Formats: sequence, C-alpha cells, structure tokens
Amino acid sequence: MIGLELVYALAGAMFLGFALVTALHRRDSKGRATALFWGLIALSFLLGDYIGDMANGVLAIVIVAVAASGRTGAAPASGEGGQEAAASRYGNRLFLPALAIPAIALAGTVLFKSVPGIVKASDATLVSLGLGALASTVICMVWFRTRAEAPLREGVRLADGLGWAILMPQLLASLGIIYAAAGMGTAVGSLLDHVDTGGSLFAQVALYCTGMALLTVLMGNALAAFPVMFAAMGAPLLVTVQHGDPAAVAAIGMLAGFCGTLLTPMAANFNLVPAALLNLRDPYGVIRAQAPTALAMLAANILLLYFLGFSR
Amino acid sequence: MLVLLAVVVLVAGLVARINPLAVVLASAATAGLAAGLPLPELLARFGAAFNANKFVTAVFLVIPTIGLLERHGLQERAKQLMRGLRGITLGRLLLAYLLARQLTSAVGLTQLGGQVTMVRPMLGPMAEAAAEQDGAQVDADRAKALAAATDNVGLFFGEDIFLAIGSILLMKGVMEGYGMKAEPFALSMWAVPTAIAALLIHGTRVLLLDRRRKASLGEAA
Repeated sequence: MIGLELVYALAGAMFLGFALVTALHRRDSKGRATALFWGLIALSFLLGDYIGDMANGVLAIVIVAVAASGRTGAAPASGEGGQEAAASRYGNRLFLPALAIPAIALAGTVLFKSVPGIVKASDATLVSLGLGALASTVICMVWFRTRAEAPLREGVRLADGLGWAILMPQLLASLGIIYAAAGMGTAVGSLLDHVDTGGSLFAQVALYCTGMALLTVLMGNALAAFPVMFAAMGAPLLVTVQHGDPAAVAAIGMLAGFCGTLLTPMAANFNLVPAALLNLRDPYGVIRAQAPTALAMLAANILLLYFLGFSR
Repeated sequence: MLVLLAVVVLVAGLVARINPLAVVLASAATAGLAAGLPLPELLARFGAAFNANKFVTAVFLVIPTIGLLERHGLQERAKQLMRGLRGITLGRLLLAYLLARQLTSAVGLTQLGGQVTMVRPMLGPMAEAAAEQDGAQVDADRAKALAAATDNVGLFFGEDIFLAIGSILLMKGVMEGYGMKAEPFALSMWAVPTAIAALLIHGTRVLLLDRRRKASLGEAA
C-alpha cells in the first residue's frame, strides 16, 4: 500500500532539485550555504527513515547550524517583470491550477478512504495533497510551455523567501514532543493547582479555559494541552464536583485552547510561516492581527461554558 | 518545575532575536536536561521526533506550482479581479472569506483554504488591492496580516463542528479514559456556539476596519 513514503520521496526530490538549481545557477556569496541547506533537508526526507534516531538528531543540529550561520539567503532580485501583462493575458484561468491542488487533494482523500487497499487511510490526505501538487505542476508546465527546471527555480525563489521559517513548524513539533516527555504539562498543571478559586464556579471555569489557552501557548498545540488540563481540572472538578456536561467541558475547553494557538509563535505553521510568506516586516504581524479576536474568543468561551455547560 | 526553564530560554531567545531554529534547539536541550535525560538519549529522542514530524514540512510540496503561477501573474490577477468588483471593501472581503472558511471547515473541507495555497497567492493580494482601492491610507502589511488571521480564525472555529476531525477523536479518547460517555455528535454540537461567537467577534472586527477608514476619508475630503 502507498503511504507517507511516497510524499517523502516527492518532497526529497523537490528539495534536492532546489539544492541543484541553487548550486548550478547562483554565483552570489550566499549561494553555496543555501544549496547546502536545501541539500541537507533533501537528505532528511530521502534517508531519514533509514539512518536511525541518533543520526537524525545530528542531522537536525547540522541543518540548524547551517541555517543560523547567516550565510544562507535569497538570491538578489532578478527583476524579471511582465506579471501584469501575463495576468491580463491568462486571465482568471490562472486561478484554476491553484484551486486544482485542494480539489485533487479532496477528491483523492475521499477516493482513497472509500476504496481501501490503495493508500493507507491515515496517510490519504497527505498523499492526495502530494499528488495534487504534482498534477498541478505538470498542468502549469504544459500550459506555460516552461523548461523542465522552471518549477524548481520558481519554487526555490519562494522557498528562499521563507528561509529558516520553512523548518520552524517541524522543529517546534519536535520541541513539543520533548516538552511532553520532560513533563511540561504536569509542571504547568501543578502550578495551576496553587491558584485559589475560592470554590466559585465562574473562577474555576475561567481558570480552566485560561489554563487551556496558556498551556497551548507554551506547547504550540491545543491537542497537547487538552489531556493535561482535562485531567487537572476538567474531569475531577468541573465534571465530577460541579456536575458540568462532560461534552461541553471537553469541547469548549478545546476551543479555548485554540485561542492560545492564535497567540503563540510556537504554532509556527499558522502564525510565523504566513508572516514570512506574505513578506511582512513584522514576523509577529499575524499574531498581532489575531490577538484581539483570540482574547475576545477566550472570554466568549468562558461565558459560554459557564452559562450553557452547567445545569442549575 | 525545573522544566519551566525551557520556556524562559525560548522566550528570552526569541526576544533577543537569535535565530529561532537555534533557540528551539536550546530550549529542547534545556527541557531534556532539566528532566534528567542523558544527552545521548535526548539527541536520539529529538532525532526521532524530527524525523517523525517530516510530514509537517511536506505541505511545501505545493510551492513549485504557486511559484510558477505567480511568475505568470497570479497575484496580479487576484488584484485585478478586486478592481473589477464594485462595492468591495477590505472588511466585506474578509467577512465573506471568514464565513466561507467556517462553513467549508464545518463540513470537513479544511483543505480548501490554507496559508500557502490560498492566502499567499490569492487572498493576501486581494486584501491588499481591496484596501488600496478604498482610497484610505491602509498599510498593505496590515491588510495581508488580517487576511492570514481570518484564514486561521475561520479554520479553528469551524473545523470542530465536523465529526471526524483529530481534535474530536482525541477528546473522545481522553473522555473514555475517565469512563465518560463521549458522543462525537455532542462534542461537535458544543462547537457551534463558539463558531457563532467567532463569526460575530471577528466579523465585527473586520467590518469596523471599513468604518474607520471611511471616516478618515471623510475628514480628508
């Protein structure tokens, strides 16, 4: 059965291509280290499953060292223009290949889940996304009659703009696992135990929701925060003692955690990567834009749980 | 408790503007050592986690297509499209996107949006163009940041209404561990009030952008 290894092979080939076009076409001072950076990521994708945990750890450190060396970066702007004219010429058809990626990803996910035996069900989404990206690239190459290396050169232009941010989500996910293994959740949970709520239901609900958001800010992921806070306060206090509706306590607690996701650089794929993708001057610009909504939503979740979750 | 030092390292490193990847490694090392993990085991655990999470980086498989389309004018076309629409404002554009993102996420179509495939090549430039053509002085950065924020808000406060999403399955698992009856349908229904609150709160915020800008335009005239 097809699984993630297909996605990893595709991604490995793409990053290897980035390394090659960088090594072959860049003559500026940052070209060599940048080629090395993409090459090492390619290595991780192509060989990561075979070299063992220690070697993967060393590889991660080397990649970070190259990225932090200050010798990597985007090529000087080439100044190729003509996008306005191209936009008028190709018109709204330009949206189709971009929309084809999610369309193919969706169709594939549905197909692979309903017809078992082709792709592992757990990997169906990512495999379909990979196939969608590949198909859409081929459509664009035929349509624009580009040279074979064009997708790699345009892709690496974008990737160079992202730079280190491209690895941040993966690295932070790894950090979250180390935090969990080191007992971060229980440490924060026991810290919250010291807060005196004076037996007030509203204070308990507020502490539970705020704790969920706070722990998510630290761990970067509400799914990591949920088991800790549900164990610390949700189940023993809000459900057992205060007779809250278990489904309400769980569901609204999780959504309070999502408010934390909107506030934290630890959720890099949602908050830091878009800032880099959109060339924002402020790397925390997306978090700043989200903060008022996130705080108001946290208050809303506290009120919703307090008023709807307990029968009185 | 010592493990909380790792958070101090993380925050201090980010505030000091040290390369964030290096800060993450330093924080992981602090957490591991504070918990008494021997260095080789810490290295192996981090390596295993790094390798197991490669799928997070795999979403960037779409960037060659996006790059090709942008070279051939995708962002400019998104802006041209906005200029052709009468009555479009930044607030109305973002409100419409928020509603669409919440509704599609609620029926499980979470992949229809996204920062790499939707916001960077299409929604971001559209927001920028909509802000420009209102004639008010609006920071292009702010318009794009709000576009990214709206995609996230719509996703987060829409997806939990869908039954088969990861967070619902996790809640079900945890609750059953405490011997609680957990119906995915009940969990997803409890996400509806919050979804409505998100539409009201974030929707009001983006619509207020229009009011503020029209007022400042009036002063100038």
